[in-house]
Amino acid sequence: MSLDRRTLLAGAAAWGALPWRSARAQAANTIRIGVLNDQSGLYRDLSGPGSTQAVRLAVQESGITQRGINVEVIEADHQNRPDVGSTVARQWIDQQGVDVIVDVPTSSVALAVNNVVKEKNKVFINSGAATSDLTGAQCSPNTVHWTYDTYMLGKGTGGAMVRAGGNTWFFITADYAFGHALERDTTAFITAAGGRVLGSVRTPFPGTTDFSSFLQQAQRSRARVIGLANAGGDTINSIKQAAEFRITRGGTKLAGLLVFVTDVHALGLEVAQGLVLTETFYWDLNDKTRAFTNRLGAMPGNVKPSMVQAGCYAGVLHYLKAVADMGVQAAKASGAEAVNRMKAMPTSDDAFGEGTIRPDGRKLHPAYLFEVKAPSESRAPWDYYKLVATIPANEAFRPITEGQCSLVRS
Amino acid sequence: MEDLLFDLQLVALGITNGAFYALLSLGLAVIFGMLNVINFAHGAQFMMGAFVAWMLLNWLGIGYWPSLILSPLIVGLIGVVMERLLIRPLYKLDHLYGLLLTFGCALVIEGLFRNYFGASGLRYSPPPGFDALDLEYGDFFMPGYRVWVLLAGTAICVATWLVIEKTKIGAYLRAAVERPQLVQAFGINVPLMMTLTYAAGVALAALAGVLAAPVYSVHPGMGANFIITVFAVVVIGGMGSILGSIVTGFLLGFVQGVTDVVYSEASQTVVFVIMAIVLLTRPAGLFGRA
Repeated sequence: MSLDRRTLLAGAAAWGALPWRSARAQAANTIRIGVLNDQSGLYRDLSGPGSTQAVRLAVQESGITQRGINVEVIEADHQNRPDVGSTVARQWIDQQGVDVIVDVPTSSVALAVNNVVKEKNKVFINSGAATSDLTGAQCSPNTVHWTYDTYMLGKGTGGAMVRAGGNTWFFITADYAFGHALERDTTAFITAAGGRVLGSVRTPFPGTTDFSSFLQQAQRSRARVIGLANAGGDTINSIKQAAEFRITRGGTKLAGLLVFVTDVHALGLEVAQGLVLTETFYWDLNDKTRAFTNRLGAMPGNVKPSMVQAGCYAGVLHYLKAVADMGVQAAKASGAEAVNRMKAMPTSDDAFGEGTIRPDGRKLHPAYLFEVKAPSESRAPWDYYKLVATIPANEAFRPITEGQCSLVRS
Repeated sequence: MEDLLFDLQLVALGITNGAFYALLSLGLAVIFGMLNVINFAHGAQFMMGAFVAWMLLNWLGIGYWPSLILSPLIVGLIGVVMERLLIRPLYKLDHLYGLLLTFGCALVIEGLFRNYFGASGLRYSPPPGFDALDLEYGDFFMPGYRVWVLLAGTAICVATWLVIEKTKIGAYLRAAVERPQLVQAFGINVPLMMTLTYAAGVALAALAGVLAAPVYSVHPGMGANFIITVFAVVVIGGMGSILGSIVTGFLLGFVQGVTDVVYSEASQTVVFVIMAIVLLTRPAGLFGRA
């Protein structure tokens, strides 16, 4: 076969054109998911790389790739800093074509990312952050708040403590958006139930390791309950040092308002036993949650999935159902439309069961009041909780009319 | 009276924290004073001390008391390797290079531990028997283990100061800093002495780590939380001043305790306010030579 100039040119043109066209086609047919969370600090174990693993499982189980739709999952560390979080979100959306941002623990970072995603009309599925403002004053048509929030925690744990006779409170509060929201929402339940808040102390975040002086101040107030409006490593250190200083010897009770299963594991049952806590997912709750945990396989650091990681799974699974339903082009074109489609469809997954998403972006599912087992009651590794009460989905979260979300009023 | 006891307790707590500041800043001061290296890996070495104690207990069944000796030895040995391979070539360069290198080392070490052990932290319980040291009077309560930390910390600080200021080895060391060639001419192996000094500073950090393990949860970020305050202590005390770092460590713990009584929100900030004031009025630090 002879090779003349014409065929060479034609060949070169075809060679140049082919991958270019298929790459374009591929990009238009690809959903990019960015998992943004704490990969290096005190919330790493409860979200971190475990959340990414959960998202990958959701992609795999959604079956969406069999329909010819590509999905890419990337991850980044926001270092619990709002400036870092919003910069990464902007870069992802502007330069890397990310369509949906998932997880984002640390309420201050979540609120910053919430604004970026709304401005760019993409999708924000929040699992890790607690502040109820995400579906309240700062609600957004582009955001779904999946797993839990400060209202639910205050009602669950706070309500249970007041019912058990804890009518005077002192708060140890992490000094940022999350701690403030949790203190505010819990206080509302305490006063509504006839209790009183005697005082509070704000602890620097992040970077506080010694909580003993704050615990002393709480003890000085003679409050019956010390409310810990903090999370992750802060909660672990608070509870540990409360045990060291025998804060509870005079009958004072500790209320860990946000305690994750990974925190209980780090504390050990000897110290954590008897703690009352509220979660929306526990790996050993029922056959479906156990099956989900099994499918997830070994997690980084050999932990069992937290409710935050489970929420990343369930949120992405539901989003991909909406994408399959409305088509990739439409889902990529408008994040608000994709979220509308998610709200229009009932949710169903092994981690949270059946549920719905409200117009303000709040995902509804039951919440569970657990008590941490004593060492003698625990029969297997990670057998930590016993179920005390189930709060039905329609009671667990703040009524939609009370949140002052602009999407509801309009 | 009740209030007074509470205030006293907060101040006492501050001073126990001061013991950690003193131990850590002491190691830093030794390394900076003798080697002219700003050791930003100090927090990571503190953390390694706690982790090695945890590993000794959980992997080999070696308890707290032997760990107080073994863990500083093991981490000190790692310090020897670091000094020989990485830090030695930097002695002749500007401080900044040593600072950047050790800071990088700290990030790598913390990252490795985080990958392997996670971030939530591991449990390390003190051996039973410290209850005997519990101080209790009405509302005043100080756990026995914290009392032990205060006593041990003070003893170690005093011993280190004595070794450097009052013994022959200390005299060689101080001489080697001033005139390394001259000291070498007297037949003293100065490079070896430098290595051992770095290892000793690192071992001090590891020892503080073992002492801290039962108080704080053992986690990869435990040193990073401390190190910024400790650097402020070293600057306030006067870079490289042994006595300065010890006294300032306890002093700042005390000041933090008092701040906790008056306005607890400022207890982290107060250290840096003091640092700013000291730098403005006495740039060489409280105990430093200008």
